[in-house]
Amino acid sequence: MRLEKCWFCSSTVYPGHGIQFVRNDAKIFRFCRSKCHKNFKMKRNPRKVKWTKAYRRLHGKDMTQDATFEFERKRNRPERYDRNVTENTLKAIKKIDKVRVDREARHHAKRMKGKKAQLHREAAKELEQSIHMVKAPSVLQKEPSLTLPKTKVKVSQPQTEDNRMEE
Amino acid sequence: MVQYNFKKITVVPTGKEFIDIILSRTQRRTPTQVHKGYAISRLRQFYMRKVKFTQQNFHDKLSTIIEDFPRLDDIHPFYGDLLHVLYNKDHYKLALGQINTARNLIGKIAKDYVKLLKYGDSLYRCKSLKVAALGRMCTVIKRVSPSLAYLEQIRQHMARLPSIDPNTRTILICGYPNVGKSSFINKITRADVDVQPYAFTTKSLFVGHTDYEYLRYQVIDTPGILDRPFEDRNIIEMCSITALAHLRAAVLFFLDISGSCGYSIAQQAALFHSIKSLFMNKPLIIVCNKTDLQPLEGISEDDMKLVMEMKAEALKTVIGQGGEPTDDDGVLLKMSTLTEDGVIAVKNAACARLLDQRVESKMKSKRLSECLNRFHVAMPKPRDQKERPPCIPQAVLEAKAKKAEETAEKEKRKLERDIENENGGAGVYSASLKKNYILAHDEWKEDPMPEILDGHNVYDFIDPDILMRLEELEREENVLQGLEADDDFEMDGAELTPEEQAALAEIRKKKSLLIQQHRIKKSTAESRPTVPRKFDKDKRFTSERMGRQLSSLGLDPTMAIDRARSKSRGRKRERSVSRGGYGDDSMEVDGEQANKKLRLRSRSASRSKSRPPGEVVPGEGYKDTAQKTKAIKMAKSSSKKRNKDARRGEADRVIPTLRPKHLFSGKRSIGKTDRR
Repeated sequence: MRLEKCWFCSSTVYPGHGIQFVRNDAKIFRFCRSKCHKNFKMKRNPRKVKWTKAYRRLHGKDMTQDATFEFERKRNRPERYDRNVTENTLKAIKKIDKVRVDREARHHAKRMKGKKAQLHREAAKELEQSIHMVKAPSVLQKEPSLTLPKTKVKVSQPQTEDNRMEE
Repeated sequence: MVQYNFKKITVVPTGKEFIDIILSRTQRRTPTQVHKGYAISRLRQFYMRKVKFTQQNFHDKLSTIIEDFPRLDDIHPFYGDLLHVLYNKDHYKLALGQINTARNLIGKIAKDYVKLLKYGDSLYRCKSLKVAALGRMCTVIKRVSPSLAYLEQIRQHMARLPSIDPNTRTILICGYPNVGKSSFINKITRADVDVQPYAFTTKSLFVGHTDYEYLRYQVIDTPGILDRPFEDRNIIEMCSITALAHLRAAVLFFLDISGSCGYSIAQQAALFHSIKSLFMNKPLIIVCNKTDLQPLEGISEDDMKLVMEMKAEALKTVIGQGGEPTDDDGVLLKMSTLTEDGVIAVKNAACARLLDQRVESKMKSKRLSECLNRFHVAMPKPRDQKERPPCIPQAVLEAKAKKAEETAEKEKRKLERDIENENGGAGVYSASLKKNYILAHDEWKEDPMPEILDGHNVYDFIDPDILMRLEELEREENVLQGLEADDDFEMDGAELTPEEQAALAEIRKKKSLLIQQHRIKKSTAESRPTVPRKFDKDKRFTSERMGRQLSSLGLDPTMAIDRARSKSRGRKRERSVSRGGYGDDSMEVDGEQANKKLRLRSRSASRSKSRPPGEVVPGEGYKDTAQKTKAIKMAKSSSKKRNKDARRGEADRVIPTLRPKHLFSGKRSIGKTDRR
């Protein structure tokens, strides 16, 4: 029993799930669910479909090369059972997973990080250019600080005498 | 050996049928349409083709007939004679000759008419030439039709002839009618010949097959022969005579001891003597049949003497072949087909005699040496007295020994199946597949090992040095974490102050509002009326609003409001001061009494006391109340405000028919009528 990877989205296919398609040249395509299968039949390239791992790796959204990936390698020759090795392996798998997850988080953070400086610059520029929308330039000259003026409804309405009808 | 199979002859059609077939073929296979407008060469060609085609077909079919029928001179003389006996050689040959002539005649006709057609000058002439040609050909066939009928009959009869192979081992049975020949053949073969009490039940030759010492023998049953001079014999007897004459076979001459066939032994002996010339070089056995009715010993002296004479004759044939003269039993045999007593003995005797004779003749002939030359077993000549047994390599001997041992062991070894059966059978006991594992420590054999852990295949991770690599990885990880901590401290100092942040937020809010409004304006553009701002119904462009907006920017709005007002309200104040007639050149922006007419009218009226609207005042110039009310109405209607909002009014809201028929009835050409 083996866990396979979906050809389209690279998620794991557990036993009892998904569809395997064998092409005439004996290449096997495994799909985790009908979504991936249907996309495949539509001849979509997973490298162009945003939600797949292939896309994410290609466009640098997710980590591509790392030492943690080297631990998992498909072996074609079965090894003779050794209890100690197996025990160590089982413990190691957990630790490797943790390391891998940490590294991915770090990768993500680094990806998201770089924008701060740019945002600051943009904010400063916007402030400078559009300050006239909230504070009139003449007022700004008089009072250069950026505190906003208070809004006052100060319109005088000497209406009453005009409403008199002519008699 | 050629199998004489006359079943393969093609059916010979009658004259009429023949003509029909050929003509319809011509009609089908050649083009049928021609017009007199065609070129003359084309017309000629068309008709020539028809004539040639017909001739060709006749030729083909007649040729097949001629070729299929066997030529009496070319086949085995037995068949030649048989066919002659049955059908008369001359008649047969004549018929075939006529067919041949017909064929040639047709060829000639076609040639002549084709020559004539070459010079045909019109459609009609060509057509009539063709008709004539075809007609003549058909007449030829009609003339020949009796031959065709005769040949068809012959063919049908020939197809039913028994397939006798004249070259193989054959046993011939002959004798008087009713002596028991057919019963005998029924007994020894699978043939099913009619056996009846009347004479000449068997009217033609019948073939059966029997086996003796792994060889197959043909047994031929003949119709009975009567003792008559040769010329008087009928066709049926001639059949048997022919068979006797031409087939190299063992002959069994049947003798009815009891006389129940209706003929005495004397008569039968006479027959024997008359045809004994036919028994030359053939192993002859005299069979005394019906011994159940009359045993051989019990016949009269004269009959016995006759029988002995026959036996002597038969013996002569034996002697002629080189057998011992004293071999009595092989020549005279007795049997009864009814009780099946001695039947097998007769058959065996006949077969044995025949076989011997054939073998002898083969040995004498030259052909035998050819056969013998094909076999040769080579034995090496012994060089010296040394023993040289076959050489088997040691390994093979060992393997053989081991194999022998293994088979012995297998019988003793306990199989898994036995264990299973002991422990409860197939459904109860499940064999431990791990029993024979070869591991470093035996207690590991029953370890349950997980194949999957946390979404990974454990087999992919297995590695003897995994711990080492893991350690390296962790070290790396610590290093990386340290670096990361340093990175976090690099903060940029360009932070916005709270004031700036508030201002920025405000700016963004205003911008988003503008964008929203613009979007609404854009999306409703089609259904929104385009009305100039002058007539703004919602009163969105008021001076209060302007004042509010300006003050929110920090400016003092009073001057702006005044300026705006002066253009509208200011005028109003002036007017109230000077009530002269300067009102005309002012621009009314917002205010009542926009209409000139109404203004004038209202100005001229004084408000001292209120009157009913229709009352005529002497100074106004109205004739009576009706006129005045009419005038007021006209004035009002003239000053009705135009609907500048571009909105639908009451006049626009009418639906003439609520359920128009064309929308609520009828079938659709495409689509459904579930919804309309």
